[in-house]
Order: sequence, then structure tokens, then C-alpha cells
Amino acid sequence: MIDVLYFAWVRERIGKPREAVETQAATVADLVEELKKREPRYAAAFADVSALRVAVDQELADFSTPLSGAREVAFFPPMTGG
Amino acid sequence: MSGAGGVRVQREAFDLGAELEAFEAATSGTGAMVSFTGIVRDDAGGRLDRMEIEHYPGMTERALEKIRADAMERWDLAGALIVHRYGALRPGERIMMVATAARHRKAAFAAAEFLMDYLKSRAPFWKKEYTSDGAEWVAAKEEDEAALTRW
Repeated sequence: MIDVLYFAWVRERIGKPREAVETQAATVADLVEELKKREPRYAAAFADVSALRVAVDQELADFSTPLSGAREVAFFPPMTGG
Repeated sequence: MSGAGGVRVQREAFDLGAELEAFEAATSGTGAMVSFTGIVRDDAGGRLDRMEIEHYPGMTERALEKIRADAMERWDLAGALIVHRYGALRPGERIMMVATAARHRKAAFAAAEFLMDYLKSRAPFWKKEYTSDGAEWVAAKEEDEAALTRW
């Protein structure tokens, strides 16, 4: 079970800030493919992954990052701090 | 954590003068102190009602600690302070501040710029602007990402 978090417009498009996902996905990209199959709003949110950033266990990661042992995965648009 | 200052993520406003005086006292005898303050700007011709800043509790603190630690390692600093707010902010309100202290101004200026460049695109904050026309997420700027290459 992995906690999946969504921020900013990704959260708005999917309609929730977080959810627990039962998955055997090997990588972030595999998890995205599983989520896209759920409902059209997931497919819409993940339509262009180049517009998204991802963090695994609160560290910036890539879509090729393995998920073995990961507890938390977050998807969000490019950050705008400062 | 090494050096004076530290990292704070908070909803409340902060007192810039009090922050700088406390930081100056904690780094007394150092020689040079630089600070930068980010303020909500109305780019909508007076129609900006507020900016709402969302963040990723937990990761935000970790990311800011890392940016600060990298600056402390790269320059010989007596301290570095990062304060960043989240929640609803009105035009003219302070969003965030950084302060750095070093023996000489060059290191203090460079470290403050480094902190700001990394805060812009490596700290998990997102801004949404609410105007009389509706609400819109602030898009990241390519030049902010490009600014990291100079370090």
C-alpha cells in the first residue's frame, strides 16, 4: 500500500488531496499507468507527464524511479516557491 | 543544524525587523548580513484579491533544510535563515524572506541568491492567484529553472 498525494492543479483535477493505493507497480511510471486506467479524471491529470513533477518519500524523483519500499508518492506541477 | 538562523514554514505573518535583529544578534561580529524579502505583487492591474500558497508539509521543511545546508557548505557563512509562509496572502503582504551572514558581503550576497534560486523551483510551494476574473495557478518560469545552472 502506497500513500499517493496530489498537489495544486493535480489535486483539483483528481478531486482529492491523497489516497492509499494498493499497487505492485515497479516504478513511478507504472503507477501512473495504473492510475490512468481508473477514471477519466486520472487520465486527464496524467495526460502530459512532462508537465508534472514527482516525489518519492518526500524526495524529488523521476518517473523511472523504482517504488520498492516506497511509502509515499506525490504528484504536482513544477514548484513556484519564493 | 549548523550556524545561526534555520528554516521556518508558517501561516502567520512575520515581523521583518524583529527577524533581522534576532539574526544579526545571533551572528554578531560576523561583518556582513544580506536579506531578501518576497512580497505579493499585483500583476492583474489592481484586481488581485489574494494569493493562496499551498505546500507539501514534511517535504517542504526537508527541501528547505537541504537548500540551507547546501548554502552553508558552499560558502563560509555564520548563518542562514529561511522563513516561508503558506495560506492566503493579500497584495503587499510578505511571502517569504531569506537572510545570510558572512565575514564579507560577496559570500553573503551570493548565498542569498543561491537560496532564492533554489527556493523558486526546488521547494514544494504552489501559488494560485484569485482575481475578480477567477482563479489561476501561477506557472513556473523557464528562467527560474535555468537560473540553477549557474550554480
